[in-house]
Amino acid sequence: MKRISYILLMLLFVGMSAFLTSCFSDLDVVPLDDDEVTAATVYDDPGAYRQVLAKLYAGLSLSGQQGPAGQPDISGIDEGFSTYIRQYWKAQELTTDEAVIAWNDGNIQDYHQQDWDAQNEFIAAMYNRIFYQISLVNEFIRESTDEKVTERGIDAAGQAEIQIYRAEARFLRALSYYHALDMFRNVPFVTEDDKVGSFFPNQTNAADLFTYIESELKAVEGLMADPLSNEYGRADKAAAWMTLAKLYLNAEVYIGQDKNSDCVEYSKKVIDAGFVLDAEYANIFTADNHLSPEIIFPVVFDGINAKTYGGMTFVTHAAVGGSMNAGDFGLDGGWGGTRVTRAIVDKFPAAGDGRAMFYTDGQNLEIGDIAIFTEGYAVTKFTNVTSEGIPGSDLEFADTDFPMYRLADAYLMYAEAVLRGGGGGDLASAVGYMNDLQERAYGGSDGNITEADLTLDWIIDERARELMWECHRRTDLVRFGQYAETNYLWPWKGGVPEGVSTSAFYDVFPIPSTDIGANPNLIQNTGY
Amino acid sequence: MKKLIFSIFLLGCLLFVPAMVLGQRTISGKITDSETGEAMTGATVIVLDLFTGTYSDENGNYSIALPEGYNKIRVTYVGYADVEQAVGSSDELNFSIDPGTTLDEVMVIGYGTVKKEDATGAIQTVGEKFFNQGAITGPQELLAGKIAGVQIVQGGDPGGGASIRIRGGSSLSASNDPLIVIDGVPVSNSDIAGARNPLNIVNPNDIETFTVLKDASATAIYGSRASNGVILITTKKGKLGKKISVSYNGNFAVSNASGKVDVLDATEYRTVIEEQFVEGHPARGLLGESNTDWQDQIYQTGIQNDHNVSIAGGIGIVPYRVSLGYTNKTGILKTDGFNRGTVAINLSPSFLNNRLRVNFNLKSNLTNNRFANRGAIGSAVFFDPTQPVMSGDEEFGGFFTWKQPDGRANPIATSNPLALLEFRDDRSNVTRHIVSGQIDYRFGFLPELRANLNLAYDVSNGNGTIEVPDTAPFELGTYPGLKNAYAQKNENSLLEFYLNYAKKVSDFDIDVMAGYSWQHFLYADFNEGNDFNNASPVPLIEADTFTRENYLLSLFSRANITYKERFLLTVTYRRDYSSRFGEGNRAGNFPAAALGVKIIDDKEGSVNNVKLRLGYGITGQQDLDGNYYPFLARYQSSFDNARYLFGNEWVTTLRPNGYNASLRWEETATYNVGVDYGFLNNRITGSIEYYQRYTSNLLNFIPVPAGTNLSNAIDSNVGDLENKGLEFSVNAIAIDNREKNIFWEIGFNITRNVNEITKLTATEDPTYQGVPTGGISGGVGNNIQIHSVGFPASSFFVYEQVYDEADIPIEGLYVDRNGDGQVTPDDRYRFENPAPDVFLGLTSLFSYKDFDFSFAGRANFGNHMYNNMLSTAGNYNGLYYSSNYLNNIHADYASIDMSVPQYFSDHFVQDASFFRMDNITAAYNFRNLFEKKNNIRISVTAQNVFVITNYTGLDPEIFGGIDNNFYPRSRTILVGVNANF
Repeated sequence: MKRISYILLMLLFVGMSAFLTSCFSDLDVVPLDDDEVTAATVYDDPGAYRQVLAKLYAGLSLSGQQGPAGQPDISGIDEGFSTYIRQYWKAQELTTDEAVIAWNDGNIQDYHQQDWDAQNEFIAAMYNRIFYQISLVNEFIRESTDEKVTERGIDAAGQAEIQIYRAEARFLRALSYYHALDMFRNVPFVTEDDKVGSFFPNQTNAADLFTYIESELKAVEGLMADPLSNEYGRADKAAAWMTLAKLYLNAEVYIGQDKNSDCVEYSKKVIDAGFVLDAEYANIFTADNHLSPEIIFPVVFDGINAKTYGGMTFVTHAAVGGSMNAGDFGLDGGWGGTRVTRAIVDKFPAAGDGRAMFYTDGQNLEIGDIAIFTEGYAVTKFTNVTSEGIPGSDLEFADTDFPMYRLADAYLMYAEAVLRGGGGGDLASAVGYMNDLQERAYGGSDGNITEADLTLDWIIDERARELMWECHRRTDLVRFGQYAETNYLWPWKGGVPEGVSTSAFYDVFPIPSTDIGANPNLIQNTGY
Repeated sequence: MKKLIFSIFLLGCLLFVPAMVLGQRTISGKITDSETGEAMTGATVIVLDLFTGTYSDENGNYSIALPEGYNKIRVTYVGYADVEQAVGSSDELNFSIDPGTTLDEVMVIGYGTVKKEDATGAIQTVGEKFFNQGAITGPQELLAGKIAGVQIVQGGDPGGGASIRIRGGSSLSASNDPLIVIDGVPVSNSDIAGARNPLNIVNPNDIETFTVLKDASATAIYGSRASNGVILITTKKGKLGKKISVSYNGNFAVSNASGKVDVLDATEYRTVIEEQFVEGHPARGLLGESNTDWQDQIYQTGIQNDHNVSIAGGIGIVPYRVSLGYTNKTGILKTDGFNRGTVAINLSPSFLNNRLRVNFNLKSNLTNNRFANRGAIGSAVFFDPTQPVMSGDEEFGGFFTWKQPDGRANPIATSNPLALLEFRDDRSNVTRHIVSGQIDYRFGFLPELRANLNLAYDVSNGNGTIEVPDTAPFELGTYPGLKNAYAQKNENSLLEFYLNYAKKVSDFDIDVMAGYSWQHFLYADFNEGNDFNNASPVPLIEADTFTRENYLLSLFSRANITYKERFLLTVTYRRDYSSRFGEGNRAGNFPAAALGVKIIDDKEGSVNNVKLRLGYGITGQQDLDGNYYPFLARYQSSFDNARYLFGNEWVTTLRPNGYNASLRWEETATYNVGVDYGFLNNRITGSIEYYQRYTSNLLNFIPVPAGTNLSNAIDSNVGDLENKGLEFSVNAIAIDNREKNIFWEIGFNITRNVNEITKLTATEDPTYQGVPTGGISGGVGNNIQIHSVGFPASSFFVYEQVYDEADIPIEGLYVDRNGDGQVTPDDRYRFENPAPDVFLGLTSLFSYKDFDFSFAGRANFGNHMYNNMLSTAGNYNGLYYSSNYLNNIHADYASIDMSVPQYFSDHFVQDASFFRMDNITAAYNFRNLFEKKNNIRISVTAQNVFVITNYTGLDPEIFGGIDNNFYPRSRTILVGVNANF
């Protein structure tokens, strides 16, 4: 009897321990949802590479995995604010003479006043977006090595395709590092060798970062698709060349070296790549601008398939207010935010230049109060109607793509680099390119210039006329020494109605305090 | 799995069935009610230290075998005081038991009970007598203000939930909600889609007691989820033997909004518009002819009906209690409504001479909600008072609407509040069921040993739809209107098993317990939605089910050792495993120890009892609300409306999500010193507690070094915070005059809690300001609060306002606090915070003959509020918008005289100390109507009677400290009937 008891007792313990063991395996959870895949298995599907590449591009346009909001990529700021293009636009435009915004969101007014600090959430959002892109590219590069791809049994054709994806991913990383260099200079530096985890990246400097971006772009240009040969939405060689041209044009600012000849070389490559000026200037900024032959690298938006409160939804809506009829812009209603200062309006002649796309009805040219939309001219350049005048697919979310790079910019860079003494080009060609732009703008030769007219002063103003609101202005003003500490003033610069010079250190944004707090290797930029 | 352990358990039972009966005598007697002399049927009779037992029969008689070596018999009966008597030479032993408030005597603690006098932790119990009165829907409302250290802030909507904080918050990003255990079933804190308050599963009328475990020595037995305290809810049970008792409890209540935001009326508004805008300005042209008080328009008199019937008694050996409840409430905001039916069944039979006890509970409820569009609250504040409700036109359902130049509704203008209410049809129905069974078996051959198995299943289903027709003046766009549907199913399965061994060894009482717990939570949400006509090619909300789960496994043990009934030692240890963490970090160890010394323990005399308690323990936190796999590297697909175009193909994107493979438990160490006291024949009782709580490895959603992860912020274990506090509570029977039949009892408690963040970043960075929090209305993404090192969590982060001679703020002029010659964001400072420095609760119960009169109130001192309504609505720029609409402004506009909102001025951070009279009740009791024991009580209660405060906004008590679009609390008058037969 006793023996049986012991046996039963033993069985009880064995049973209990078996039970406990089986319960402990419950702890090994994996996502139950079909929208989530573990990193360990995601790339078993050959189609996943293309989908991850699409995310790398979508990182420029959208705020997350759900449109228009719901599953944000980054945090610390309203999701609608958090998109790359919205922040890039604000950093490049609101801090200059090209735009003011009526709103009271956080520290946004500091942009126009040029008195931001390291706590500014808009600067932090821009920085976080840049490093979000870099981190995602690093992850993709790590996961798509030849070794891993072979191991997963992807066929030769698939592998060749993945090679191109990798080149485009590296281009996107170089593009974001270029933005980091331009806006922040001395940033933490990570590549695919830095795995996800807890570590403190080292801080790089402008010279090293410049060299890295240059070498990456040169390394991938040969691997990327030829100009105009890739699917719409994806970058090709010309996008890499444009980035190189910009890097070289601004080399004096970044590293104190003259690289104008290189700028001429790469601008020329772009010019000769087969892109043509859009016959109709306005059509570069419409809901169907994917048809424009001038755009070299677009960031794609869509009212149905790619919804966001940032990007072009912001750019189009914020510009509409006052007595403007939102329906004329393909919109459900305006957000009454952004206008232009008279510093820009004054750069246009009273008549003739079709690029002076201002709405003046009920708008004062002077800005007495930034918070009032009707003070300052409104800008009608970006719209959500097609070139045919038909509203976009949705009145709330714009179809318009953002022209990150377009041919006219290559013309202007060529001319400027030649003027700055860059070899390999000539003034006559430069004047020719400039007159191509003038003739389109004026619908004739009324605005044409001669070699004598082509000066650097003319170039900086022409860039404002041609490229207004296309995210070039801050970089251009810094390059021309007209941004912070300068006698070039515009209304409300420095927070006063007539404008005032600010300190030179504002030419570079501060490293956000969140990252200074998280990473002890970082030293704050001078002045902050 | 559950089946397996159950069969092993039964096997064990069979195995250990006892056989031995040695030299013994039989004791018998009768058990009666000391007041009525009635025979008590079904009283539990046990031989002390042996734990064999029986019940008294229909005539109150019992008979029990008393083995040699045992000489004490204890009689217990629910609702009566326990009585122990020594057996003398006689074999007859009669008991006369006292009905009374015995609830305080034995307290429910985690996995067991403890006599109050033997408790070593900071534990407090509130019984029915002290519950709040009024139109009460959720169980938490009964408890507000009753326990030191416990803060309950109730929302304003009908059937709405509350924020409950015990001893401040110990977490920042993780949940600060206490663990709620309903009849032994720890329930999930998660909301149920479509439900206003997941706690509505328990009908307040079914609750017998709340027990609140505050310090670590009491809560550590619940280790993993105990950092923010534990609230144990025990529901009423049936009684054996007594005649069937039927009780009805019902009330009828009417409610009205207790206040409105003070804005201009139409006449004042016209004057201000004419002052601010010159003749011919478009603003003047927009003025209407009407005189509309929009806030009066959106609020209504809310009506509540509440009916509860319970039947309790015993059938054979099975005590039962069955209750049915029905509540119907209409909110004070038009279109807001709530109704609920509840069923609760309790069966608690015992078998095998009381050795096998079963406690079965079923709780079910069905709730129907109609949610009013809360956007109407803010719109009613801002809407131009000169406009009519109805425009007289056909379009937009006839509601006056601000339009664009082309005649379409203006999407950024303020929407007509009545249209917002009328056009949004938002309904849900929610069911929830909790089935639980506890089986407690005392081994025959070893009566000191007890095995307890607890099985429970908690399932809830929420379903809802939201519709806005395409004719509404909001939800515009190419595809107007809205047609959404959602559903959520939550399942919580629990299996717990423990063994308890209790024995007296010379002067030591030893009680040890060890057990195992397995709990699984499964959530599945379904959402779909599109425009009203389902015309959009890609749905606005893609039909998708989101499923996730988590597991908690635990091993736990506790030892209670009492020496000479005077020195008490409790040691607990719990090891928890959470599936939210990676393999190496899953386990957390949560030990605790407490020592109690009864310095004075004297039933007679002026000082009856003084007990000193010392406790220390560590508890954990893993509840990252909504994040179930934070440690796992995952890729996530995009919705169809967030794709990217490659050529002609819209490609669904795959995003690698941020993750933290080294995420682990947050830990809180608590030190507690307490003194329990009882004076004057225990007419004055209470306790004093001092505590310090140190939370380390805070689960914190914080920025990571840029470039090191797949997002800019992830859940991490970075940061420390501490709470220190002092609690005092007293319960005094001021008058107890049985001759004149006057009785007066007062309960009072007061708490001071000080919260401070001591670490926030991985590295020392003195320039780091902190984590912005506390989003406000006005602008997008504006935060008014900050978590900073050296300051309380959620401190207001503002500029110091400069005032003119008339004490009016000078717009945009602030003190240059850092003295660098300019005012920059660096000049902001941390100014006060929303948590009170001190809060107290007061309850008074008075009765004279058949009348009784009670009240309960609460006060907070030093809590601050950001008056967001004043900061957004108090400026001239808010009057007119160039996109052609007008807004009302705050009536105090002249006192701040600002043209542009100055959100970050400390002028808007106001002291919101208050005293609130929560409820006053007067009642008359008709006793022994028709026959004995038939009682009817008729009462009148006023709820939220008055508030004394200097705060100028709508209500000084808003959780989070930001006064913005607040659903006003109602003021309620209620007539209640309670009948017992």
